[in-house]
Amino acid sequence: MIKVRIPTPLRPLTKGQGEVETTAGSVVEMIETLNSSHPGIKDRLCDETGELRRFVNIYVNEEDIRFLKGKETSLKDGDEVSIVPAIAGG
Amino acid sequence: MSKMKALVCRECGKEYPTKAIHVCEMCFGPLEVKYNYEEIKKNVSRKKIEDGPHSMWRYLDLLPVEGTNFVGPHAGFTPLVRANNLGAYLGLDELYIKNDTVNHPTLSFKDRVVAVALTRARELGFETVACASTGNLANSVSAHAAAANLHCYVFIPGDLEAAKVLGNLIYKPHVVEVEGNYDDVNRLCSEIAGEHGWAFVNINIRPYYAEGSKTLAFETVEQLGWKTPDQVVIPMASGSLLTKIWKGLHEMKALGLIDEVRTKINGAQAEGCSPISTAFKAGRDFFKPVKPKTIAKSLAIGNPADGYYALKATAESHGSMDMVTDEEVVDGIKLLAQTEGIFAETAGGVTIGVLKKLVKQGVIKKDEVTVAYITGNGLKTQEAVIDSVGRPVRIQPSLVDFQKTFKMGKNGGGDA
Repeated sequence: MIKVRIPTPLRPLTKGQGEVETTAGSVVEMIETLNSSHPGIKDRLCDETGELRRFVNIYVNEEDIRFLKGKETSLKDGDEVSIVPAIAGG
Repeated sequence: MSKMKALVCRECGKEYPTKAIHVCEMCFGPLEVKYNYEEIKKNVSRKKIEDGPHSMWRYLDLLPVEGTNFVGPHAGFTPLVRANNLGAYLGLDELYIKNDTVNHPTLSFKDRVVAVALTRARELGFETVACASTGNLANSVSAHAAAANLHCYVFIPGDLEAAKVLGNLIYKPHVVEVEGNYDDVNRLCSEIAGEHGWAFVNINIRPYYAEGSKTLAFETVEQLGWKTPDQVVIPMASGSLLTKIWKGLHEMKALGLIDEVRTKINGAQAEGCSPISTAFKAGRDFFKPVKPKTIAKSLAIGNPADGYYALKATAESHGSMDMVTDEEVVDGIKLLAQTEGIFAETAGGVTIGVLKKLVKQGVIKKDEVTVAYITGNGLKTQEAVIDSVGRPVRIQPSLVDFQKTFKMGKNGGGDA
């Protein structure tokens, strides 16, 4: 299983859950499986062309996927994924 | 009628109430304050500002708070120093240093943004404040929280300068050192902010917090006699400061406080963490996050929240961006100290280093009125220069020894 931490703005789609479990071989696949169990998630994370929105940040085991293979980054059992909208700070 | 209309998504334009939120629920874009400019225009004037307090609160009409129960009532209105020596050295006729090394109370520009953030946080009913910080912000949140009797948690990377760690502990907040860099701290804090009902000044309070940076633009214009400079050089970490200085200049025009904005905005980063400058030089309007490696730790944000908007503001203004090596950072700190008597932290070294480069490239010209933003104090980053400033001359407490050391005659004369 892969643990996915859900940010506050997406929790209305996960019945308020801050963490959900899923199975997927890659980030892009994870978005699809999340979308089938929680319809609407994909539209929020991706734009019309299917690319991740500019202000969406995804981390696999605390690492920004842009330092890995982007949305093709592979996932395996036990991985933890965080979705962080509009990184703030500075 | 309130001067704040709503929070509005910078990407899709969806509006939200003026609460402690920072992300658009629909497209995840960042939120910013939407003002009622028609109403503000009726209230604001040069005269009213000039008669106001000697702090950044003289621009209250343009800041996103509702009342006047300020946290940080003395922040801002720092000197705009005419830098004749540094100007002559660089070949500029009219150079100014906006000197936030002496901001009150914690010696960096962060006192401005924190004053706005905590004033707003208190208005919204929060009792606990927090931040993710590269140092200066944590210092400022800690100090202001102590003075305002607020509970305080500050989160910092594990490798900060000693003075920036001490500069938190003395005020007795909860100081949390996170094993990782700023971007790790920031991501963690985004997740904590989603779980706990705290006012994270640069996360859920960020739409208000960031507006405090506009006061650097307002003050510069007022101190120049209600004129905009031709060129400004601004250090970039998240890119927020640069974005808000650009916004501040345009607000002054929109409100009729000035007739035109003819300022070119230039951004400065250190080579070891230059995602925004690198994108600019490559002609891209998006940046790639980096893993920071530079002595300019206050600017070491590899995933800059406002990187995209900083690129946009710089392009709109026909400005430029550049970056300097750590060696040039140290040279910049020393040059500013030795020409103008101002001891800046590493971010100031970045600004001076890039200013020097832009003059050399002909981007900033001799007759252009130029302002360099110096945002933090050198006493907080002593590690950066300690090995390159020499040692004192040591002598016996004897006149003879003194005169011998400086090769002076017995009756004065000689000034070696």
